[in-house]
Parts: sequence; C-alpha cells; structure tokens
Amino acid sequence: MSERTDQPENPFGVTTGQRTALTNLAGPGISAEDVHLIELLRSGNEAAFESLVDCHTAAMLRLAKVFVTAQAVAEEVVQETWMAVLVGLSRFEGRSSLKTWIFRILTNHAKTRAQREGRSIPFSSLPDVDTAVISNSSEPAVDPDRFLPADHQWSGHWISFPLDWREMPEERLLSQETHACIDRAIEALPPGQREVIILRDIEGWTSDETCSLLGISAVNQRVLLHRARSKVRGALEKYFEKA
Amino acid sequence: MASADSLSCQEVVELVTEYLENTLISEMHERFEQHIADCPGCTNYVRQVRLTIDMLHQLAQEPAFPGTKQELLQFFRNWKKGSGFC
Repeated sequence: MSERTDQPENPFGVTTGQRTALTNLAGPGISAEDVHLIELLRSGNEAAFESLVDCHTAAMLRLAKVFVTAQAVAEEVVQETWMAVLVGLSRFEGRSSLKTWIFRILTNHAKTRAQREGRSIPFSSLPDVDTAVISNSSEPAVDPDRFLPADHQWSGHWISFPLDWREMPEERLLSQETHACIDRAIEALPPGQREVIILRDIEGWTSDETCSLLGISAVNQRVLLHRARSKVRGALEKYFEKA
Repeated sequence: MASADSLSCQEVVELVTEYLENTLISEMHERFEQHIADCPGCTNYVRQVRLTIDMLHQLAQEPAFPGTKQELLQFFRNWKKGSGFC
C-alpha cells in the first residue's frame, strides 16, 4: 500500500541510480514473473519494455481520462508515467505488484495534472458509503417504478420483464453505436465508480488488484461496481428499447 | 406463490453484483438462485448484467495511442545509456 510513487525533481534528466541489485525486491506483492520482468527492464531489454507498454497503455489512457478530459493531455500523462516508471524502477521494492505500482504513478500524475488545470478532484476513490447495505442504497439499481407497489400482492416484482438481450442480433450488441452508448454511460459516472468499472469490467482486474490500487475496502469496491454496472446496464436497456 | 423468505425482484437486482462476485452468504446465495429459477424477468436481468460486463470488456480491445510510442522507446534507449547498461 505504501509503495513510493513520488517523482524525482527532474524525471527526464536523471542518469544515475538505475543500477541496483535485485535484492531490494523482497516485498510480498511481488511475483516471480514481476521479478523476472524487472530484471529485464533494469538490464535495458527494449522488447520487454515495449511489451509492457503495449500491455498497459490503453488501460492507463482510459484511467487518466477519469481525471483529465482532453485526449492529448491524457496521452501526455501516460507518457510521463512511463518515464517516471523507468526513472523510479531502481527504487521499486515490490511491496505491491509492478502493475499496481505503475498505475499508482499514473493516477498520481493524472490527479496532479488535473489540479494544475484547475479541475477539482472529488474524493474519487472514496465511495459515499461505508457499509455493505447495498439494498438500502439511495441509488437503486433499477427505477422503482419498474416494480409493483408496496400495496400489491406481488409487491417488489417486475411490472414488465426485462428483455432477453440474446434475442437481439449479435451485430447490435457489438456495434460501434452500442460501444458509444457504453462510453457515454461511463463518462457520466462519478469518478470512483468510473475507476472501478474501468479496472474491473473493461480491463478485467481482480477485486484485490482494484482495491489495492484505489486503496479501498472490498465492500466499498463492490458497492461502486454495483452502482456503476447498474447504470451502464440501464443506459443500454434504454438505448436498445429506443431503436 | 411468494413465501415469507423469498426474495422480491427488487431485492434481487440489488444483490446481483454480490451474487456474481460470489460474496453472498450461502443461504442468501441459495435464495437468490431459487428466485432466478422461478422468475423469467430476473433471469433476463442477470443475463443483461452478464452481457453488459462482456460488452464492457470488449472496449479493452480498442487500440491505444501509437503516435508517441516511438518517443517512449527513444526515451528508454537514452535511459539505458544513461544508466550505463549498454
């Protein structure tokens, strides 16, 4: 949790200090795979660096855009992050996984950049709930009007069933317009929900990885995921009904 | 018929994430599955959520920025030189 992600004063001019023995990689967060990769990076293996960049850049860009809206700025943030990763590699001790460390540098850079641009950063990683009582949530997953009222014999049951989306043509589900609808729904989410749904559902991170990066509890992570997924599903339902 | 301990659809939609995350306690997990087995609306709802997750994951396949990668690789080469590795 406490891996250092601060940057050197001059991230582009540092020329010493990268050569460090691997003995400092002793943290519990480090896998054998990470140790091997860091060895390759520290020994200057360009192919290893390139594949790491290819693997993570799209996700980094997506996450940066939670904080900075302009594409060009997000790209700069990603670029700066990779530079800071190289410069900081000698200090990396493996208290978190390499991936978590890289993404923590990214979110720090993105938040700093957003602040410099005068965008206020909400408590993006802090959900507004501390309890597991999702069912009492002030944000219902589905509009309450979709269910029969309290005085009905079948109170709380669907008035009309949700549709089976598998009956739609597959091209529909995979179309660019559908992707655009999902993108819009994600952009409308509060930052905390956005971070979680990007990491979990778009990028396929585990719950543990997501909690570790964002510094939130598993319960809070689930609440954020639940709200985010519910809203994206709701947006898709409206979109599919319209057309 | 709805019995006292059966879940309503409105409850099911709030539990779906915990169900898919496999974090419901076993008794609740069972009640959830019992409801789904009898309710075509909630069966479709859970399917919709699963499909939403699949569609979200497809967004990850979209290409990243290629333009600045060469710059980055050049930085890597300079970094390597600077660190005395080559």
